[in-house]
Amino acid sequence: MAVLTPQRSAPESGAPQRESRRIGFSQRLGRWDVKLSPYLYISPFFILFAVTGLFPLGYTAFVSVHEWSLLGGQGDFVGLENFTFVLAQPTFWKALVNTLSIFVFSSVPQVVIAIIIAALLDQNLRAATFWRMGVLIPYVVAPVAVSMIFGRLFADQYGLINAMLNLVGLDSIAWHGDRIASHVAIATMVNYRWMGYNALIFLAAMQAVPRDLYEAAVIDGAGRVRQFFSITVPQIRSTIIFVVITSTIGGLQIFDEVRMFDSIGLGGPDQNWMTTVVYMYDLAWGDQHSLGRASAVAWMLFLLIVVIGLVNFLVTQRISSNAAVKKPKRKSTTGGNA
Amino acid sequence: MLSSTRPTRRTAARTLQATAGVAAIALALTACGGSGDAAEGGSGDDSPITLKVATFNNFGYTEEVLAEYKEEHPNVTVEHVTAATSDDARANLTTKLAAGGEGLADIEAIEVDWLPELMQYPDLFTDLADPELDGRWVDWKVEQATTLEGKVLGYGTDIGPEAICYRSDLFEEAGLPTDREEVAELLGGEDATWEDYFAAGREFVKESDAAWYDSVGGTFQGMVNQLPAAFEDPETGEPKDLADNTEVKGIYDEIVASVEDDLSAGLVQWEDDWNAAFQQDAFATMLCPAWMTGAVEERAGGVEGWDVANVFPGGGGNWGGSFLTVPASGENTEAAKELAAWLTAPEQQSRFFESAGTFPSQLEAQDSEAVQSATNAYFNDAPVGEIFATRAQTIEGAPFKGAHYFGIRDEVTNALNRVDVTKSQDADEAWDEAVQKASALG
Repeated sequence: MAVLTPQRSAPESGAPQRESRRIGFSQRLGRWDVKLSPYLYISPFFILFAVTGLFPLGYTAFVSVHEWSLLGGQGDFVGLENFTFVLAQPTFWKALVNTLSIFVFSSVPQVVIAIIIAALLDQNLRAATFWRMGVLIPYVVAPVAVSMIFGRLFADQYGLINAMLNLVGLDSIAWHGDRIASHVAIATMVNYRWMGYNALIFLAAMQAVPRDLYEAAVIDGAGRVRQFFSITVPQIRSTIIFVVITSTIGGLQIFDEVRMFDSIGLGGPDQNWMTTVVYMYDLAWGDQHSLGRASAVAWMLFLLIVVIGLVNFLVTQRISSNAAVKKPKRKSTTGGNA
Repeated sequence: MLSSTRPTRRTAARTLQATAGVAAIALALTACGGSGDAAEGGSGDDSPITLKVATFNNFGYTEEVLAEYKEEHPNVTVEHVTAATSDDARANLTTKLAAGGEGLADIEAIEVDWLPELMQYPDLFTDLADPELDGRWVDWKVEQATTLEGKVLGYGTDIGPEAICYRSDLFEEAGLPTDREEVAELLGGEDATWEDYFAAGREFVKESDAAWYDSVGGTFQGMVNQLPAAFEDPETGEPKDLADNTEVKGIYDEIVASVEDDLSAGLVQWEDDWNAAFQQDAFATMLCPAWMTGAVEERAGGVEGWDVANVFPGGGGNWGGSFLTVPASGENTEAAKELAAWLTAPEQQSRFFESAGTFPSQLEAQDSEAVQSATNAYFNDAPVGEIFATRAQTIEGAPFKGAHYFGIRDEVTNALNRVDVTKSQDADEAWDEAVQKASALG
């Protein structure tokens, strides 16, 4: 796009409206080419998005205002009844709190540890590719397989972790009985899977940090830790924002790990670790078979993600404007880069 | 270092390749759709057709058996697809039914627990009623799949008559009899009651470190399955108010009392702890439908002492079992019906019992030599065929299970698990929450 902009604006300003009739067809075609082609080239994405993203979004809204059973299909129009029903359910609110709690337990340590791993991988290591690929291995393992392995670790009575705790004289943790413990267990699975992936994204950003900054810092006498906080983190700020946003969206949609955490997969007898996505699934495919109510939950989850996305956006806006205030003292060229 | 920001020809080429790839996949997909239609076209008598049979877990439908059908019907090719779990199969079935039946197999296997939902939409299935097959199955099996209007949605394959599996070694340590006939007597013999069962358990736990039974969920479902109409009014199908449901509350209280006496091992079936508990001598008995023997052996391999007693408290009990249905959207429903009838014939079903351990629902198959003489080496050579055939005869009928059944049952099971497994609530709190949640299912 950036390359095409000057070419496009030139003929527009050069050819007044009246003369356009006299322009030959091939010339007009050329103008269309310049004007339309960029859109055509990127259209496959938007067409695909419209089919797989926008249409389901609209259709879900349509379903959410109807009585709609899984097998029976469309029923009567009920207005906002599905929304009021769901909002009146304690399970919905419990699921929402669970979602936010698991999200905090997963996203925060995930991003922090991923940056640390990336910083370690950014050093001059022997067999660097080996280590870099190594951290990605958990990402390749299917979530269901991860859940099965962690299921053995986090079993209440005969799990490995509790066995080890008992060995050193500590009490067992009720991984499926205690609400916070179950959130930590699920967050661990999520972190295991995504940490390496995020670390590689951070690593890519760190590799792009100009090395002369570090050389200058070394000359100034900055240690490793100081370099990390004063050079690395500010330089990869935009990547951090990107990772925070993607892991926020992912964190609000945790499903596989919860489904696999016990044999029924609906958050346990207390719904202690049921997330909103699982609640939505239960409404549609569980005992209620109500796609209408599930769609209502889907829409509320969508709005929640939009709200959190906006908060993210505002926070990052503040961060970048704060940075812009600080920067002008230096040369303006470096400020523009960030 | 900056090269990554510069657009190169290679990325353009790669995009082109990706686009070409997508196009190729799209072409391949449409091609598949085309050929599928062609292969299944025409349902004439002798024109070659392909029938697809979709099952889950292990129905015992080997290539060998299916090839026999082809010998008898040269124009029919039988294709068998298996889903790993019944949940996968169920998701596949309901999703495709909801989408109008496109992509379903000609014969879809279903579990008995899915019927309350599917029965609401009988038009999605071919009526399999056939006077010639009267008396092939135990009556209640046919009843389960028959709508109020008399439409038969599925042919029965297997059933799950329940007995009691027990650990004779743990019984011996606790000073109880170990022989399976004596154990049957200990648990109440012919007219065993749940009181007898729990009373024996109270004796047992006094002398043993192990619990009496594995899980409240499994025990509850065995008990509630004996109520003719547990949660709903069979006339109207409307749910009973759980708060006033004295029958269910009675069962609930009986189980809670047994939990207080440490009879429960505090497990949830099919969970990792439950799997591991088999190796840890955690419990001495469990309710044991015919198919459960396989599940026990799988988890308790190496543990000696499991046996089966020919007894079940509170009368007979059935747990699980499957059917073969013919979705109405199929192109060759008549041929599929014929194949389903053949697959569920007693001759075939007694062979499946041998190969896959599915206990036949067909009277003739239950009486067959293959079933009657079957023993299980892992369960101390117990005559499982004979035991489960006897147990099957004590089952009086199928309980009424309507559209609300499983929703309410799951809430009560959750309440029991809150008391026994997570220990997060006392019995009254848990019951009140179950009542509240059951009323919100609506």
